[in-house]
Amino acid sequence: MTLRLHEVHKSYGGVEVLHGVTLDGAPGEVLAIVGANGAGKSTLIKILSGAVPMSSGTLTWDGVELAVSSPHDAHAHGIRTVHQELSLVPELTVTENLLMGNFPRRFGLIDWPAAHRRAGQLLQEAGFGVIDPRTRAGRLTVARQQMVEIAKALVSEPSVLVLDEPSAVLAGADLDALFALIRRLQSRGVLVVYVSHRLAEVLELATRIVVVKDGRVVATTTPDATDEGSLIRLMAGRTLDRIYPERRPAPGEPLLTVDGLGRTGEFDGVSFTLRAGEIVGLFGLVGSGRTELAACVFGAARPTAGAAFRSPAEAIRAGVAMVTEDRAGSGLVLGMTVRDNIGLTTWRSTARGPLIDRQRQRTDAAAMIQDLAIAPQGCATMPVVHLSGGNQQKVVLAKWLLTDPRVLILDEPTRGVDMATRVDIYRMIDGLARDGLAVLLISSDLTEVLGATDRVLVMRQGRLTGELPSEGTTEEQVLERAIAA
Amino acid sequence: MTTLAVRVRGRDVTVEAAFTLLIAALIIVAATTSESFLTATNLTNLLKQMVTTGLLAFGMLVVILTGGIDLSVGSVVAFSGIVTAGLVADLPIPLAMLVGVASGIAFGAVNGVLVARFELAPFVVTLAALTTIRGLAFVYSEVPIAPADPGFLTLGSAMVGPIPLITLIMLAVFGIGGVFLARTPPGRSIIAIGGNAETVRLAGIDVRRHIVLAYTISGLCAGLAGIILTSRVGIAQPSVGVAFELDAIAACVIGGASLSGGRGSAKGAFGGVLVLVLINNLLNLYGVQSFWQQVLKGLIIIAVILVQRTRRPRSEAKGRA
Repeated sequence: MTLRLHEVHKSYGGVEVLHGVTLDGAPGEVLAIVGANGAGKSTLIKILSGAVPMSSGTLTWDGVELAVSSPHDAHAHGIRTVHQELSLVPELTVTENLLMGNFPRRFGLIDWPAAHRRAGQLLQEAGFGVIDPRTRAGRLTVARQQMVEIAKALVSEPSVLVLDEPSAVLAGADLDALFALIRRLQSRGVLVVYVSHRLAEVLELATRIVVVKDGRVVATTTPDATDEGSLIRLMAGRTLDRIYPERRPAPGEPLLTVDGLGRTGEFDGVSFTLRAGEIVGLFGLVGSGRTELAACVFGAARPTAGAAFRSPAEAIRAGVAMVTEDRAGSGLVLGMTVRDNIGLTTWRSTARGPLIDRQRQRTDAAAMIQDLAIAPQGCATMPVVHLSGGNQQKVVLAKWLLTDPRVLILDEPTRGVDMATRVDIYRMIDGLARDGLAVLLISSDLTEVLGATDRVLVMRQGRLTGELPSEGTTEEQVLERAIAA
Repeated sequence: MTTLAVRVRGRDVTVEAAFTLLIAALIIVAATTSESFLTATNLTNLLKQMVTTGLLAFGMLVVILTGGIDLSVGSVVAFSGIVTAGLVADLPIPLAMLVGVASGIAFGAVNGVLVARFELAPFVVTLAALTTIRGLAFVYSEVPIAPADPGFLTLGSAMVGPIPLITLIMLAVFGIGGVFLARTPPGRSIIAIGGNAETVRLAGIDVRRHIVLAYTISGLCAGLAGIILTSRVGIAQPSVGVAFELDAIAACVIGGASLSGGRGSAKGAFGGVLVLVLINNLLNLYGVQSFWQQVLKGLIIIAVILVQRTRRPRSEAKGRA
């Protein structure tokens, strides 16, 4: 009896992210899946849980093919997934969240005392007896909510339990309870699929470890046969080709200094300096606080310690520009034309009297479209939503370049961008740095953060844990500082 | 991809053409089937009737563009009208009018601050304002007030050639307002805020101030409408203007504005006003019972919006969901 994923391929919008993944697991196993950001772990889990369909390949249980095209199908086959994002209904009690419609009844009405007893029993069995089933889910800490999520997945007694980064929010006794639970499930013959960044945990819990990288399984090993160092080496190590421009000469004067910046619960005591003519990488795993840090530096969020710009307007006046991570959410006004999107930052500063200088807006946009090769031709008056991801990203860049920045903060500028446009973007950033700009490149792509930069800052759990020269540093060295031991 | 751009623009043109055609058709039908439509009295009436809806519709449009709504405009019409009519007894007419308009501006600004600064839902804020301001109108005077100085009525009856002065005022509001929305930084910013407020904020534009501005403009338009309405009918009633906000919203929506913000134009809203007023006038001329008029108006609004929705490019519709 094994659960087997065979030759699974997955493409999003023409870009293949899984290139034929094959893996299997037997009852009573704890199968750990490790890999760097973007390696394909999340996609694998989404396929297992029925959240997204695979493009090709099969999922079999004991040789019989399972059709899993929705979470409902996955549940029917006994596969339960606890996702990283919490899905409890905060306004409902723990009992209601756990039983979700399957309430004990008396005379056709819900028997609340019995329901709470049942919920309490479920929590007890999972080892999370500290949680009161009568509490509203939203009042629990994130860690406790996570525990309820896990208990909820166990209600239907699944034969496969998929845990996506369950320990990210758990610590101390809660974590011990989780480990004990996993061992009990294991002895009951449940297959546990465990995804985590924390390698020490993986080594302690797993019976087998699968390493994925760039959408492929690159190694399958056991805790006895490996250690943290070897795992990190397996997760990293992509070959560098001529995607990145030559590195830049020694930087000039400091342009932006951040000193002891902090924001409660997000990051703390962060200091660094950006100099003219250099590209500085900022690497951190999801949740390390890098995006929050960028927002504070730019004045889009208020720090609780240290000084920063008080508003984006002030940052822009000081010559700072920021390309955010989320194009649709905060980079573009999707329904507006390319020209209006490009003009957003400058229509006020270049206005003639009360009116927007339309001639100027037209020529500025045309020049940018030309310089950055924004396709398709004649897109100036098209709603920006009709452009491809890469071209949308160029529109965001164009908007900021028109403000004549001296410091450019780029948060994941190449996410969801095709290779050709990536190369364009790297060349452009390089050109800007050579013209004397300071660039902060925030990225969770290891290869990029080393290849396109001059030095790298590494962030872990809200703190800077290292500053490395990009030249000669290996991906392992960066990962080591980014991953909590 | 170039063809796409052309096609998208092409569709806008077809929608606009269909719209113009609809208005033309309404006028032709009215002119050919009713003898009284083309009479000077009826046309003058028509031009006067559209003023209140028109003014309110422009203010409403500015608010709707930000993604908000202003339900309080009908009450502001009543308040501004009755206060102005009352003050005419003691103050010079222009000063009394100024107070009326200023009250509208003040109410609008309060709405705007509550929405922008305290991040309350526009629907709730302006619903509360609707009842509060209506109450204030009755507090000021429970009974209708006839302006003490007949000079006040000149505004509503004056003609510039064949066109009523108040109609010209409304046209001027749409003219200036159209330029404001299309050509000035605050106007464009208001539209952009309705599309994606976070993007606008990060572009260094003060989103809150622009939202306050939008509600203030709506208040200004409603204050102005209150004075004009009072001056036209010759008496101010504290109960006037109930459900006026609905016609204003309908005009914006018929004119292509999206209630989620970011899309709409002064030209479109003006077209919406014309459609509404023509339908009203036509049904009146036919002697259709007023309750049936309401039914028909509702159905026509749905029909117009359905036509617009099917003509909008699909991907854009999706991007706004």
